[in-house]
Amino acid sequence: MKQPIISFEHFGFKYNAQVEPTLFDINLTIYEGEKILIAGPSGCGKSTLAHCINGLIPFSYKGKMTGSLRLGSRETKDMSLFEISKTVGTVLQDSDAQFIGLTVAEDIAFVLENDMVSFDDMHNRVKTAAQTVDIANHLKNAPQELSGGQKQRVSLAGVLVDNIRVLLFDEPLANLDPAAGKQTIELLDKIRNKTNSTVIIIEHRLEDVLHRDVDRIILMNDGRILADMRPDELLSTNLLRANGIREPLYITALKYAGIDIRPEMFPRNISSIRLSEEDKKKLQGWYENAPPSNPKPPGDVLLSARDVSFTYPNNVTALHNIRIEITKGEMMSIVGSNGAGKSTFAKLICGFERHSEDSLFLSGMDLSQYSIKERADHIGYVMQNPNQMLSKTMIFDEVALGLKYRKVPEAEVKNRVEFALKICGLYPFRNWPVSALSYGQKKRVTIASILVLDPEIIILDEPTAGQDFKHYTEIMEFLTELNQRGVTVVLITHDMHLMLEYCSRAAAFSGGHLVADDTPANILSQPDTISKASLKETSLFTLAVRCGIADPEAFISRFIENDRRERSR
Amino acid sequence: MTNIFNYIDRQSPVHRLTGATKLICLIFWTFAAMSSYDTRFLALLAVLSVFLFTLSRLRLRDVSFMIGFTVVFMLLNNILIFVFSPEHGVAIYGTRHVLFTIVGRYIVTREQLFFHLNLILKYFATIPFVLLFVSTTNPSEFAASLNRVGVNYKIAYAVALALRYIPDIQHEYRDISLSLQARGVELSRKESVIKRLKSAATVLIPLILSSLDRIEIISNAMELRSFGKHKKRTWYMGYPFTRSDFLAIIISLLLLLGSVFLTVVNKGRFYNPFL
Repeated sequence: MKQPIISFEHFGFKYNAQVEPTLFDINLTIYEGEKILIAGPSGCGKSTLAHCINGLIPFSYKGKMTGSLRLGSRETKDMSLFEISKTVGTVLQDSDAQFIGLTVAEDIAFVLENDMVSFDDMHNRVKTAAQTVDIANHLKNAPQELSGGQKQRVSLAGVLVDNIRVLLFDEPLANLDPAAGKQTIELLDKIRNKTNSTVIIIEHRLEDVLHRDVDRIILMNDGRILADMRPDELLSTNLLRANGIREPLYITALKYAGIDIRPEMFPRNISSIRLSEEDKKKLQGWYENAPPSNPKPPGDVLLSARDVSFTYPNNVTALHNIRIEITKGEMMSIVGSNGAGKSTFAKLICGFERHSEDSLFLSGMDLSQYSIKERADHIGYVMQNPNQMLSKTMIFDEVALGLKYRKVPEAEVKNRVEFALKICGLYPFRNWPVSALSYGQKKRVTIASILVLDPEIIILDEPTAGQDFKHYTEIMEFLTELNQRGVTVVLITHDMHLMLEYCSRAAAFSGGHLVADDTPANILSQPDTISKASLKETSLFTLAVRCGIADPEAFISRFIENDRRERSR
Repeated sequence: MTNIFNYIDRQSPVHRLTGATKLICLIFWTFAAMSSYDTRFLALLAVLSVFLFTLSRLRLRDVSFMIGFTVVFMLLNNILIFVFSPEHGVAIYGTRHVLFTIVGRYIVTREQLFFHLNLILKYFATIPFVLLFVSTTNPSEFAASLNRVGVNYKIAYAVALALRYIPDIQHEYRDISLSLQARGVELSRKESVIKRLKSAATVLIPLILSSLDRIEIISNAMELRSFGKHKKRTWYMGYPFTRSDFLAIIISLLLLLGSVFLTVVNKGRFYNPFL
């Protein structure tokens, strides 16, 4: 019989700063060597649960605990944070912010330094841990020189170096491109098999985690555990959708086709699922009956890049001869891994970096003549992190800032700000302080503050990063609405679902080259482009091929359209 | 990207010394050079300093900015002393050998020139050594060495963290200011100083807020990895002392003692050739 390593019994927790408890009556036992996925929408309490396991609660975040939480045989409240972290190693969500050392080696060594491990022993252990996560060639690199995936591997090594029994991952996929995310999941599986440690993953991207098997999925919502099941069982229910978690896409497609998902079909993974001939026929039938998608005819060219190249002062060439045209009224995405050049391209368009003459044109005029401010009258840029854009206390002032600096008359400012706030659904909050808003609302404030300048084209950097399915849908539906009002929308992203679902077109960058410019469904069906742009094949494609559908791209498009109709009901 | 530590990674005997050794030597050396005005001693230090600089395989061009800055400062220092106190040398050395008169009270004496010579030698005795320290000490080793010379490790680590985050914060400042410029905030020289200061404040607020977020994450990450568990800690970059480390420390200690000894022998900090 396996030993329980973490056991919650009638456990509850309330933060001191809040009126209502965040966790209610949690009963959960995790056994040694298990691999557990904890899923749930934002605010469901899954991060709080993680903080209880790693000891940040109650040692850093104060509040009231009820019931019992044992680590091994001891109550965590009788232990110190340091004792807990000898058993539970945590890899936090933001692998950049948690990078403490000046170099990879020092970051991995951090816990050993604090434990006063001797110099030679420390150097050996760091080397071994770095080899385990395959980062040994970067030991002397600074964090600024690493990709998101590499930083995460450093964090992982920093935990492994201490022979930890429980590995806890807080949204490990949030900041990674699809290819790096896939590698992370594979690496986790490898480490679990090698070290026999217990692995707990907190993540709402279910399909990506299930790329490798997990033992159980714990579904949470509103501070309670709703389900504690094997993946095959949970995927046979409708609980995921009902609680704001995105099901694996192939499961959704099968459900639309009227196929009943049962545990004995092994639905946990696209490669394990068993489909009968009858099921395949049903899916084909659904595909043939689904209305074909009819793409919008392209408008006039709005922005055109003619052989745009760019080299940073340190001689790193970030872009090589980019040729692309963005047409009026379209919603398109620029995809690719970190360092592929997609952000540099956006910065050139906004004038944040200087480009050569006769390379970028907006409605036929050469942009090289225009300053940042002048371009901003036509091109709006929304940064990824709203906190980096908000500088006023009150929402109204924040949105009005751009107009005030442009010396627009007071009365007009009021009208335009109120109009922008209405579009963004923020009008009722116009006299609120910015700090009272949620992350998603802040994001809207930043979008409103750009919209108010009435740009023809708006560029958003990772608009849905770190958002759960519900907020993701809200933000994207809102952007679609803007797009229907005639604003051209360009999204810089590495979220495949986003480009698949909302964009008519995607441009894939890789190593500073434009490697594909096509419909998202086509891009995600070409293995060559997928690997170059650090994307991942969508399970819809695999499903279509398995069911003998001749045109998988068309299947994907029809599925997406159908799915959006269903969701907006 | 500019950093306060302009570490230049090369292979040399100076690079091979540990950070702590270099820090201790720097302290001894600067005390020695600061306390003494003995021309012979300063000349010795200056020659040694320049010799060490060449030994370290640094090139002048690596540190040209710092050297330019120091030369300007040195000239300014000399000129100001002469302007405000043209008889400074006479007061120190007690004799007066007039060479020529410039105008009014600005009379050039041999004593004054000799004093200026000492001052310039002082620069040559210390600055190459400081540049050497800054350019051959790995920033992480610096934090480790601060701790080794007795600074509390939490303070030493704060230094390391600052070095870690400076490039990130510079980067973030740039991003924020660009996006604000796009909204119309003018930060270029076209605006008046007061307006620019106001605009800079607009950039600082988001910068401070996002830095506060960062601090919460980083302090959690540090606690989860046992920072502050013991009264002491070891350092990945705290390389053990070798024979050359001890040798370097002994030599610089001898130089410091030499400086003290000369002060006693000369009956004061100055060596006086005019008596």
